[in-house]
Amino acid sequence: MSWQPVIGLEIHVQLKTETKMFCRCRNGFGGGPNTQTCPVCLAFPGSLPVPNRRAIEETIKLGLALDCTIADRAVFHRKNYFYPDNPKAYQISQYDEPLCSNGKLAVPTAEGEQTIGITRAHLEEDAAKNVHVAASGRLHGATATLVDFNRAGTPLVEIVTEPDIHDAETAKRFLQLLRQTVVELGLSDAELEKGSMRFDVNVSVRPEGSDELRTRTELKNMNSFNFAAKGIEREIARQVRIYEEGGVVEQETLHFDPTQEDSPPMRSKEEAQDYRYFPEPDLVPVHPPEDVVERMREQIGELPGARIRRIADTLSFYDADVLVTGGLDLLWSAVVDAGADPKEAANVLANQFVATGIAPEDVDAAELAKLVAARAEIPRSAFDEALTHAGDPGFTAAPYLGQKVVADASELDPVIERIIEANPGQAEQYRGGKQGLLGFFVGQVMKETGGKADPRVVNERVRAKLG
Amino acid sequence: MTRITRDEVLHVARLARLELTDDEVAKFQEQLSDILEAVSKVSELDLADVPPTAHPLEIANAWAEDEPRPCLQLDDVFANAPDRDDDHFRTPPA
Amino acid sequence: MIDTLRLTAEEAKRLLEAREISGAELFAAYAERDDDLNAYLHRCDDPGGDGIPLAVKDVIGTKGIPTTAGSRILENYVPVYDATVIANAKQHGLRILGKTNTDEFAMGSSTENSAYGPTHNPWDLSRVPGGSGGGSAAAVSGGLAPWALGSDTGGSIKQPAALCGHVGLRPTYGTVSRFGVVAFASSLDQVGPVAKNVRDCAYLYSIISGRDANDSTTVEVPKVELPNADSLAGLRIGVPKEMNGAEGIEIGVTDAVNRAISLAESLGASVEECSLPRSVDYGVACYYLVAPAEASSNLARYDGVRYGLRVDGDDFREMVMRTRDAGFGDEPKRRIMIGTYALSSGYYDAYYATAQKVRTVIKREHDALFERFDVLVSPTSPTVAFPIGAKVHDPLAMYLNDLLTIPSCMAGLPGLSIPCGLSEGLPVGLQLIGPQFGENTLFRAAHALEQAIDFDPVPERLR
Repeated sequence: MSWQPVIGLEIHVQLKTETKMFCRCRNGFGGGPNTQTCPVCLAFPGSLPVPNRRAIEETIKLGLALDCTIADRAVFHRKNYFYPDNPKAYQISQYDEPLCSNGKLAVPTAEGEQTIGITRAHLEEDAAKNVHVAASGRLHGATATLVDFNRAGTPLVEIVTEPDIHDAETAKRFLQLLRQTVVELGLSDAELEKGSMRFDVNVSVRPEGSDELRTRTELKNMNSFNFAAKGIEREIARQVRIYEEGGVVEQETLHFDPTQEDSPPMRSKEEAQDYRYFPEPDLVPVHPPEDVVERMREQIGELPGARIRRIADTLSFYDADVLVTGGLDLLWSAVVDAGADPKEAANVLANQFVATGIAPEDVDAAELAKLVAARAEIPRSAFDEALTHAGDPGFTAAPYLGQKVVADASELDPVIERIIEANPGQAEQYRGGKQGLLGFFVGQVMKETGGKADPRVVNERVRAKLG
Repeated sequence: MTRITRDEVLHVARLARLELTDDEVAKFQEQLSDILEAVSKVSELDLADVPPTAHPLEIANAWAEDEPRPCLQLDDVFANAPDRDDDHFRTPPA
Repeated sequence: MIDTLRLTAEEAKRLLEAREISGAELFAAYAERDDDLNAYLHRCDDPGGDGIPLAVKDVIGTKGIPTTAGSRILENYVPVYDATVIANAKQHGLRILGKTNTDEFAMGSSTENSAYGPTHNPWDLSRVPGGSGGGSAAAVSGGLAPWALGSDTGGSIKQPAALCGHVGLRPTYGTVSRFGVVAFASSLDQVGPVAKNVRDCAYLYSIISGRDANDSTTVEVPKVELPNADSLAGLRIGVPKEMNGAEGIEIGVTDAVNRAISLAESLGASVEECSLPRSVDYGVACYYLVAPAEASSNLARYDGVRYGLRVDGDDFREMVMRTRDAGFGDEPKRRIMIGTYALSSGYYDAYYATAQKVRTVIKREHDALFERFDVLVSPTSPTVAFPIGAKVHDPLAMYLNDLLTIPSCMAGLPGLSIPCGLSEGLPVGLQLIGPQFGENTLFRAAHALEQAIDFDPVPERLR
């Protein structure tokens, strides 16, 4: 029996607006506990919410980037439940009239594009932060919960996908692409460790070819994409095992420990909550004005998925993917426009340039193009050094282009012979079968020549000399 | 006859986080049943094409600019706090 | 020297400006009067200055002054910010005399649901002043304040005004900010003026009303015109037969109201019977679904975490349950439970959603009448003030006190109650309902009528 995994994702992204969603307290990290609060986000009696216009606009922007329909009329709803991090004992969220719905995100892969449906993207507020501690000096109980309301009220966009994902790797790629999209749009830092992007995964399996939807489990608290892929794979395997043994998968929530990727998650069967959603009477509906929607649309530009697809026409999918996901494609395009060969430029950027840690926006593309073009001709050491300065203001390639690489075998052979003579033990081992020692000899020659020798010629000649 | 059962009283009391005594449950069961019966009247009307009114005023798009305002001083934040632990609110464990 | 039973705010202002009295004397006249009515839960010292003193219903948040909402769950709560209406009042120099008694969380029609004891009607101490704003009403009619702020959700300003013999306005929804006011039912609550006469009422309304950036449900308000005409020529009055002929209206109330309507005619108004086919019949049922539903959510924040009462527990859930059980009285508990039920899974459509549709029906019926009429009139309350304790054990009977005030509240429309006579020695209130933003029409009509009726607002026993 062949099984198809059915995966859906629920992602929460904190918007990095200046102020919170329903009050004008400063949004974001920084202050000591409870220093970024007011009667509204503390839910003092009589307080009322006032929506953040920018948060609404940015949600629309995200919805447009995900190809969603923007609602003519969007309404906020109250989601009622009691918890220490929920000061009003209701969260202002959206229910059946969200801002954005019915969209999709195309995830480029080497085998082609996978389109994942986006059911909805809506706007809500984040909860406060609970810290569970051991209390000291208390007669009752050994623990307490401490609450910091700084985070309460942070604008949060919730994105829900259709169960269109069928393997862990695609789930991971989707999350990466969504994250990059959100960051490029300037909406959020989307940092998993900081919690400005969080996600839950719904997993079920079904017989290959069927379209039924079986019981699903919910995976929570995985705080990296790799962690998520692993967790998903394990859960898929677990469910398949259960079905193959004739058992039944129970609806459960799996709480992972974010600090322990390999630990099995805690399982809980959470009571179905009755949230008693009803339209928020303290807020009036949102009718997104057409000019606002258009303005948001204009601000979007070419998104990462589209860029991967476009660049994969010129380069391999892999290279296109590395460049775009590495934030290098803008620089690459500029370097190519300045005359460099696309593949060479991609190679340099994806490998040596990335290693320098230089910010792409600091680089003069025209100068880098010259460097790339001269790569075969100048010594490796010269190239490497030039690259480390590529981000300096006023960098020019010229001083590094003068050096010529030594490719003449008649110049290199004496050096090679000298080194082979000086290392008879390694020469013997090489001839005896340790082919890996080739690198040792090549390295020695490069050192002797101050990096100026052409490594390909050295390689050839060392092989020839060693026999 | 729209009567509310004892279980339903316990259920809504739980949802609303009200710890009722047995006497209270019995008393409220009766009173809530009377009230429910009276309010159930609303279903007598033919409301097929009637939209709901969430707000008496038909306004939309009330929002504010993303500009920060001063936050509360900690003394004010905790002025009425039943249990303050340094700069946190403390509650029994959740 | 200062007759607090008669002095209007307008007259007080004139006396102050003419320096016939000092600010301190004025404040003291009220502050030093004995409160045998239990009108006040908290009385304040004179903050200085010569603004007109004002009593404030204890659901309205006042910075630094205890605000209990008539409940044990907020027994020691002192707000750190002023409600917008208070900020507005202070900007006009008004000085707070104290916080007045109220049914717990504004839920009630007699002020008997207060955790701090009932308030007594200044006309007859054994009777209720009405509710939920009985404290403000008793203060104004009982010489303890020249005017006051109240709040009205289903009639909590108008009905006490009728039972105590003074003027109360429930404003058009959205014209007065709710920011800082302890929420009961968000789509119904409105703060409004409680005064000795219509002009004072209009003046106080002009001080507190207007769009507030802190309350998304508020709008700009037409400029308030202080009324001074005595003719009602051109005024088209509608008399909804379902209101005026409803079951349970005392004969004495009907007689007083009919006399007032005849008087209106003699002042030039045209009077015609009209119909609100379903609004009165279904209004109470609709209200007692919508209001408790919103209340069940608004009162959920009282969980013992950040303010108010806390009763300890082994864990969070236990603490919350014990706190709420100890802190809330029976009426809030009932309404929280009905509201929770109406919103709960499986019942939402039949109850809450249906009630919201009935609300549309009520609104449409009123809108249709306002195509033909300028104001609608009826008794404010089916009865005069009833004895303390008479209805306390029968929640449904208590709810019927609001039969006539509720329908226009559901439609978000303004309503003014003025005293129109006595029945069995107790005040009878006449309700004038206006179209949205029709306050000026109400003031004009009520003022002229008030002059003609010439009701003596001072309780007979205090004259």
